[in-house]
Amino acid sequence: MKKVATISILLVLYAAYSSWIYTSGTAIAATMTTEAMRGKQLWQRLNCQTCHQLYGLGGYMGPDLTTVITDKGRGAAYARGMMLSGGRQMPNYHLSVQDADMLLAYLSYVNGTQSR
Amino acid sequence: MSTALNHDNPNTMKQKAIANRFIVLGFACLLLSISFGLIASFKYLIPNFPDDILSFQHTRPLHVFLAVSWIFAAVTGIIYRYIPDISGRPLYSVPLAKTHFSLQLATIVIAVSGFFTGHFSGREYLEFPPWITVIIILYWIMFVTNFVLTVKPVLKTAPVYVWMWCTGLLFFLITIVEANLWLLPHFNNNIVRDITVQWKANGSMVGAWNMLIYGSTMFAMQQITGDSKMGYNKISFAFYFLGLTNLMFNWGHHTYVVPAHPAVKQVAYIISMTELAFLANIMLNWRANFSKKPIEAYRLSFLFFRAADIWVLLNLILAIAISIPYINQYTHGTQITVAHAMGATIGINSLLLMGSVTFLFEKQMKSKWNKTILRGLRAIHVSLLFFWISLIGAGVMRAVALYQHYYFAQVSKRMLPFLQLFSMSGIFLAIGIGVVSYMFIKVISSHISI
Repeated sequence: MKKVATISILLVLYAAYSSWIYTSGTAIAATMTTEAMRGKQLWQRLNCQTCHQLYGLGGYMGPDLTTVITDKGRGAAYARGMMLSGGRQMPNYHLSVQDADMLLAYLSYVNGTQSR
Repeated sequence: MSTALNHDNPNTMKQKAIANRFIVLGFACLLLSISFGLIASFKYLIPNFPDDILSFQHTRPLHVFLAVSWIFAAVTGIIYRYIPDISGRPLYSVPLAKTHFSLQLATIVIAVSGFFTGHFSGREYLEFPPWITVIIILYWIMFVTNFVLTVKPVLKTAPVYVWMWCTGLLFFLITIVEANLWLLPHFNNNIVRDITVQWKANGSMVGAWNMLIYGSTMFAMQQITGDSKMGYNKISFAFYFLGLTNLMFNWGHHTYVVPAHPAVKQVAYIISMTELAFLANIMLNWRANFSKKPIEAYRLSFLFFRAADIWVLLNLILAIAISIPYINQYTHGTQITVAHAMGATIGINSLLLMGSVTFLFEKQMKSKWNKTILRGLRAIHVSLLFFWISLIGAGVMRAVALYQHYYFAQVSKRMLPFLQLFSMSGIFLAIGIGVVSYMFIKVISSHISI
């Protein structure tokens, strides 16, 4: 009986914590524009997270891109160049300028959420 | 554990055969996983490695997906083998188990074909298209049904490993659904929520498969050491509840860098530190556990479990260290996280699964096969140590270089010697895993009809 009670308490705490995580625990002010949303879809379709991380989630072949837009020495122009022509380890995906713009919009949105 | 089951009964043979199919499928996935992992690692050594069908973008998802498939297929087969013995009656439905197997096999084939043709969900770890999740949920419900209806008579007085299996089965369902919440705009339109929930689902899913694996290990160890009280004593249950708490809440240490509410970090840190209790338990019982003598017939499986114990200790120390926020801010997003994941997946999960499979077949194995498997185990153990150290080394280099604001190309250059060691040790690790996997497939195929 004690075991069932312990499990029940833990499950209730888990449900409550999950609900909070799904709502106010992760609420942010920044909103995603339509272009940024299209950029996110492209990011997922190209499987960019295989090599790149956002907030530490993703592969380690390439750099973390959470703050690529505002980082000293990187920035939007640098990111656009990599997207359009590839690099030493990054394949050239032959993206169009519109594709690169959408990805940049998404990365700008991510960058803007950096401080709560 | 009941022993009322007649092992020569044709029905018993049929249920063993279907369980064995899962185990063979698991080893086949493991062989493919290490092959793709090895090819993926070449990209670190040869930057101009062809960007075709065997590019890093294809081989990494294949490696990860097949590694997870190995764990789930093998542990499913092991549990299907154990539960008739525990409940003292046949598996509830062999046809249901066969359908489960067909669906799981189909899922693997579809996902792998999709990766080759460039069909990804673009989600870390679960990179297959989301509609495949529907099939996964369907066959998992079949597994849960078969499990519950088979062990039903012993549920009220169930040992701790049955509780662990029940927990793993339930939480896999919860977490696979949670991992797909991003399909809803409420989650997809908020990157902080999306990333946090992804870490939450993935972290707890690992906890779910740990419950399945550790439960299977405990059942085997109980038979190997003849300690029938192991599954019922209070300490076992106390650690089960602590494990469950960690499964539910310990994912948060991955999200220190995510700008969610600060309380997420505080909860994560407190829960992470409860792992010190696991560490203390291992340290205090180290000598006693290692001086335990197995029943002679199970010597090899005992060695697999003991080898895994060393990796539990190493990974626990690493996990606790990187859960400390001050350390985490430098180590997160570096190869140190990979070292933790690889050390746990290979050193703990895979060795425990191999130990459980050895336990199932050791009595039927020829001594020369035992010797070959033992050589394979030694190769895994030694090469994994170099593999693990090289990843930590690369992670430290990356953390230091990023802290000093080096460009990524410079960071990569600094990490190169460690990544070369990583790839070289990976070759020996793959050989060790390959030998053990091949031998197990041979053993299972030659002794039991599959």
